[in-house]
Amino acid sequence: MSSTTGDLAAGHHGHDHGSYLTAKRGLMSWLFTLDHKRIGMMYLGSILTFFLVGGLLALAFRVELATAEPDLFTGSTYNRLFTLHGAIMVFLVLVPSIPASLGNFLLPLMLGAKDVAFPRLNLLSFHIYMLGAAFLVFTLLAGGVETGWTFYTPYSSTTDSAVVSALMGAFILGFSSILTGINFIVTIHKMRAPGLTWLRLPLFVWASYATSLIQVLATPVIAITLFLLVFERTMGIGIFDPALGGDPVLFQHFFWFYSHPVVYVMILPAFGVISETVSIHSRKHIFGYTAIAASSVAIAAIGFLVWGHHMFVSGQSELAGTIFSLITFGVAVPTAIKVFSWVATMYKGSIELNTVMLYTLSFLFIFAIGGLTGLFLATLAVDVHMHDTYFVVAHFHYVMMGGTLMGFIAGIHHWWPKMTGRMFPELPAKIGALLVFVGFNLTFFTQFVAGSRGMPRRYHEYAPEFETWQFLSTVGSFVLAAGLFLTLFYLLWSMKGGAKAPKNPWEAKTLEWETESPPIEHNFAGQVICRTGPYDFDEIDTSRA
Amino acid sequence: MSNGIENESEVAAGHAHGDHPAFLAHHFHDAPQQKSAVKFGMWLFLVQEILFFAGLFMAYFAFRALYPETWLAAHELLDKRMGAFNTVVLLTSSLTMALAVRACQLDDIKGCVRYLWITIGCAFGFMIVKYFEYSHKFHVGTLPGKFYTYEGIEGGAPELFFSVYFMMTGVHGLHVVIGIGIMLWMIMGPLRRGKVSSQYYALVENVGLYWHLVDLIWIFLFPLLYLVR
Repeated sequence: MSSTTGDLAAGHHGHDHGSYLTAKRGLMSWLFTLDHKRIGMMYLGSILTFFLVGGLLALAFRVELATAEPDLFTGSTYNRLFTLHGAIMVFLVLVPSIPASLGNFLLPLMLGAKDVAFPRLNLLSFHIYMLGAAFLVFTLLAGGVETGWTFYTPYSSTTDSAVVSALMGAFILGFSSILTGINFIVTIHKMRAPGLTWLRLPLFVWASYATSLIQVLATPVIAITLFLLVFERTMGIGIFDPALGGDPVLFQHFFWFYSHPVVYVMILPAFGVISETVSIHSRKHIFGYTAIAASSVAIAAIGFLVWGHHMFVSGQSELAGTIFSLITFGVAVPTAIKVFSWVATMYKGSIELNTVMLYTLSFLFIFAIGGLTGLFLATLAVDVHMHDTYFVVAHFHYVMMGGTLMGFIAGIHHWWPKMTGRMFPELPAKIGALLVFVGFNLTFFTQFVAGSRGMPRRYHEYAPEFETWQFLSTVGSFVLAAGLFLTLFYLLWSMKGGAKAPKNPWEAKTLEWETESPPIEHNFAGQVICRTGPYDFDEIDTSRA
Repeated sequence: MSNGIENESEVAAGHAHGDHPAFLAHHFHDAPQQKSAVKFGMWLFLVQEILFFAGLFMAYFAFRALYPETWLAAHELLDKRMGAFNTVVLLTSSLTMALAVRACQLDDIKGCVRYLWITIGCAFGFMIVKYFEYSHKFHVGTLPGKFYTYEGIEGGAPELFFSVYFMMTGVHGLHVVIGIGIMLWMIMGPLRRGKVSSQYYALVENVGLYWHLVDLIWIFLFPLLYLVR
């Protein structure tokens, strides 16, 4: 292990190297900090808060959906609830989730750097995030929107709900995402410690790199699209309005040119987390390091060429549909490379079934289902039947909620000791993981069944034959919520009551574990020198493939 | 083999703490690292700018393909001389911007400020011409979407040409105005306070890169809007 570190760090303690949490005090020292770790923690707190808001909205309409008749809400209220659930979960939770919180906290630490390349820009992107969030919260208070999170024209340009503030919110949030992306790319290129070559980068860093590329290349397109839509609504410029010669399908092209790649912004960082946790908690060198790293970039690249699979029934040409379908199948290849590599990593490893590993296994199980059902939907003929049914809803929840959020929760647990300096209690954490897994599958697997039998999405009143599935789904959502609330409570409790975390509780080899838990304000007591690969565990050094 | 953290003062014989130049931020090792990071960040920002405009260009080409006759007829209503004049003005401003960067390399900060003022002057000239063009369109009613009142263009959806025209030139004009703001800030801030020298002028270079992109986008807008064939 890294014995050199201890001596030198001890020798350096003459200076005042307090933890980053206590280095400065007061609310302002947080809100205007340039420290990437504090910014990451503020993102984490904000994202989890909005996750709670989005989740409560979902619980509200799950109660409504428990029976076939409308009992609680009118159709319009129901539409507002699922729209805000979608918009909050996508723009305020999933897109920033792992990159902005864990990524911000970990990237400089993993690179052995003192900070990201542009700390002020990093703070600015957090402030922009809060401003965009304020717009979405205002939308909520101003009566909400009922367009669905996709804001399809011409409905979005004619309805009288609070579309403009929601669009402005998403527009502003886009810049937060772009600035984070630029910052991360430059940081990874320019801030690596001596000895940290590209092929020694932790796979989380590779995943963040691919994510950032998409953020920089795709987000500006949604920005201009939403900008045009704001003018469409306020000034009637007609670009998306067929009455003025405009084209609503153009909006769909613009929208999905961003919004398909952005699902990889959501899922790639989760892949990165899983690549770390599966190796470290199996005590085995990752299988296929280069393949996993390259497949992240490949997914980012191919992801730009598949947006048309959201538009198979929009009236785009059959040739275009066929080509988009084929390229979409192509995404499965690098994705499968990752999944097989993770499974192969566990093979003959000494797997520790701790909480992090439970979430990692949940991820693999759920993501496999989510990924494979994606192939159903990529198939033209099947999609014509399945589009706008609960099958689609279940598919993207398996990928986005089951994939991204399982990865996110796994990552939060894995790095919790580093971020807070405290261990979380294992027993409630395992119970929470079990509840989340059971609740999640009960909620959404039932939706695959209902959807494949024809239950359309976005209706609050439905045919009685779907009632059993819908009721089970509602029960599942409450089990899921119970698991997540339990997780929230023990994590909050552990910040005061948890056992003090050692420097490297999982005996990992990546650089973030070389510093104290929690890290000191400037990350490391001196210059970090990297001499090993990220997964060269001592006990298996000789046996690596 | 294991990773390690070495005491900074032992490792960094090359740059002991006292030697840090004032412009070097604490989280960078040395000046070349900071310079290359700052410039790389700007290039990435320009990439996202190009994609931001790409949406507008796509809308332009989509509707031009749908309504070719309208595009041909409507572009005759734009004043080619004013467009050409503005092209020359922006190209000149790009030259003076390049000269401003060169002045920094030669440690001629006063020269840099002088060239930036000329660039700002060109930018204002561009906006003034744009103002005359816009007000003419308000006068005759060649306006976007539902505000379009002009009669006399054959072909479908003439209002769309002007929607695209106003959005493209409007967003571009917004970039010109932002450019003026950034140049004023450079003159009042870093240049006045002596933060820029031949040792470190990445900020001026970045403003230059931004300005060249604004110019470059106009180089595409001018033929696409004013010189339709």
